[in-house]
Amino acid sequence: MGAGHGHRLYFHGHSRVHRAAGHVKLLALVGFMLVVVSTPRAWYAVFGGYLLVLAVVIAWSRVPPTYLLKRLVIEVPFLLFALLMPFVATGPTVEVLGLELSRPGLLAAWGLVAKGTLGVLASLTFAATTEPDEILRGMQRLHLPDLLVQIMGLMIRYLDVVTAELRRMLTGMRSRGFDPRSPRHWPVLARGLGSLFIRSYERGERVHLAMLSRGYQGRLPDLSGARGHEHHHGRPAAIEEAAR
Amino acid sequence: MTPVLDVRGLAYAYPDGHQALFGVDLHVHRGERVALLGPNGAGKTTLVLHLNGILTAGAGTVSVSGLPVEKQHLQEIRRRVGIVFQDPDDQLFLGTVRQDVAFGPANLGLRGAELEERVHSALDQVGMTEYADRPPHHLSFGQRRRVAVATVLAMEPEVLVLDEPSSNLDPASRRELADILRSLDVTVLMVTHDLPYALELCPRSVVLSGGTIVADGGTRDVLTDRDLMAAHRLELPFGFDPRTVDSLPT
Repeated sequence: MGAGHGHRLYFHGHSRVHRAAGHVKLLALVGFMLVVVSTPRAWYAVFGGYLLVLAVVIAWSRVPPTYLLKRLVIEVPFLLFALLMPFVATGPTVEVLGLELSRPGLLAAWGLVAKGTLGVLASLTFAATTEPDEILRGMQRLHLPDLLVQIMGLMIRYLDVVTAELRRMLTGMRSRGFDPRSPRHWPVLARGLGSLFIRSYERGERVHLAMLSRGYQGRLPDLSGARGHEHHHGRPAAIEEAAR
Repeated sequence: MTPVLDVRGLAYAYPDGHQALFGVDLHVHRGERVALLGPNGAGKTTLVLHLNGILTAGAGTVSVSGLPVEKQHLQEIRRRVGIVFQDPDDQLFLGTVRQDVAFGPANLGLRGAELEERVHSALDQVGMTEYADRPPHHLSFGQRRRVAVATVLAMEPEVLVLDEPSSNLDPASRRELADILRSLDVTVLMVTHDLPYALELCPRSVVLSGGTIVADGGTRDVLTDRDLMAAHRLELPFGFDPRTVDSLPT
């Protein structure tokens, strides 16, 4: 069942990290992030320790590090911001290669880069080893508000539908001589995004209608009977159970 | 015999004042397959949304197997009337095909083995059992349409209402869906612009135009009535002549 995976960040595998229950991983991720964020910036060695912990988990999960590193690109806008900080912050300065840099600015930049990178890397590892469905089930087991879990579920489901719609819209625009890169065309792009929003809103209404038509009463019913026989990737159910 | 669908004098105006239905009468009996034809804007979708109480009649009544469509019966009405919407992406919103098919019967209170059995039998009826654990968005459009039909069949409805079932299907998927619909032992009301499909599947056709029923009869009779067809913007595809299609598969 190679095509059975919901989202692009997921890396198919059978490691222990993959098999760990969603709610355990979710708690571990949140705990890890809280600890990282609350560590004083100047404890440089401790951040090395955090990275080591992550590296061990990644090695364990057998997700290729390059797979995760490539996806770290999402962090770039924050890095740019961090890069600016030593130039714009005030306070005592230090000279590096003939540039006057603010000391507190440098420290703040380091903090942003270190904490940000650790956070993104940890989240990517979580996403690479946990299928969306399992994340939702984890949230449910942690007794997060039901409505929140439902909204998350619908978001995951319709992300692809909406991006496909956006892609078709852009293709349609390009076919008529539109260049999304040229600032001259940005107003058109903005209107396009506006109409995408309306379309998505209308789709939301239609989905809701279809849900009502099948007896929806505000709560997602217990579908456990329909989940009992779910054998992920053809693994026997016993292993599945053992892994939980 | 009590009709499965009994619509009497149904009128409806949208909140913005636009009146879509002006006194519709329609009876559909058990085991019938009826096509609901009509030009765009005739009020077909508005009528369909009254059948399971999504919209509430401004005047007139709707009952399903004798049960009036009223607030206190909505849950049972929605079990009895299964609507398959035009865009399967609107109907399939959960992580796997199995969960999506389970959603309806689970809302009716089914759990465990009973639920599993419903899901299996519904998927079996549309030939999609082997796709049960796939996410719906990885299926082809034709497969998604079939799963959408299964999500409603799983509720064991008394009448299956299909909104444009053949739209966007390639000819093979269109024919496969026709085979499936013919094999089902259920009353069908099918909204469609695909007139050959109506002729193939539905012995009876009803024409809705301008918010009223303007014709109700044998599909072949309706499709060969030139004046009626022209008056209500109904046109047969190029080269299609209902008179030359003689034996229909049943």
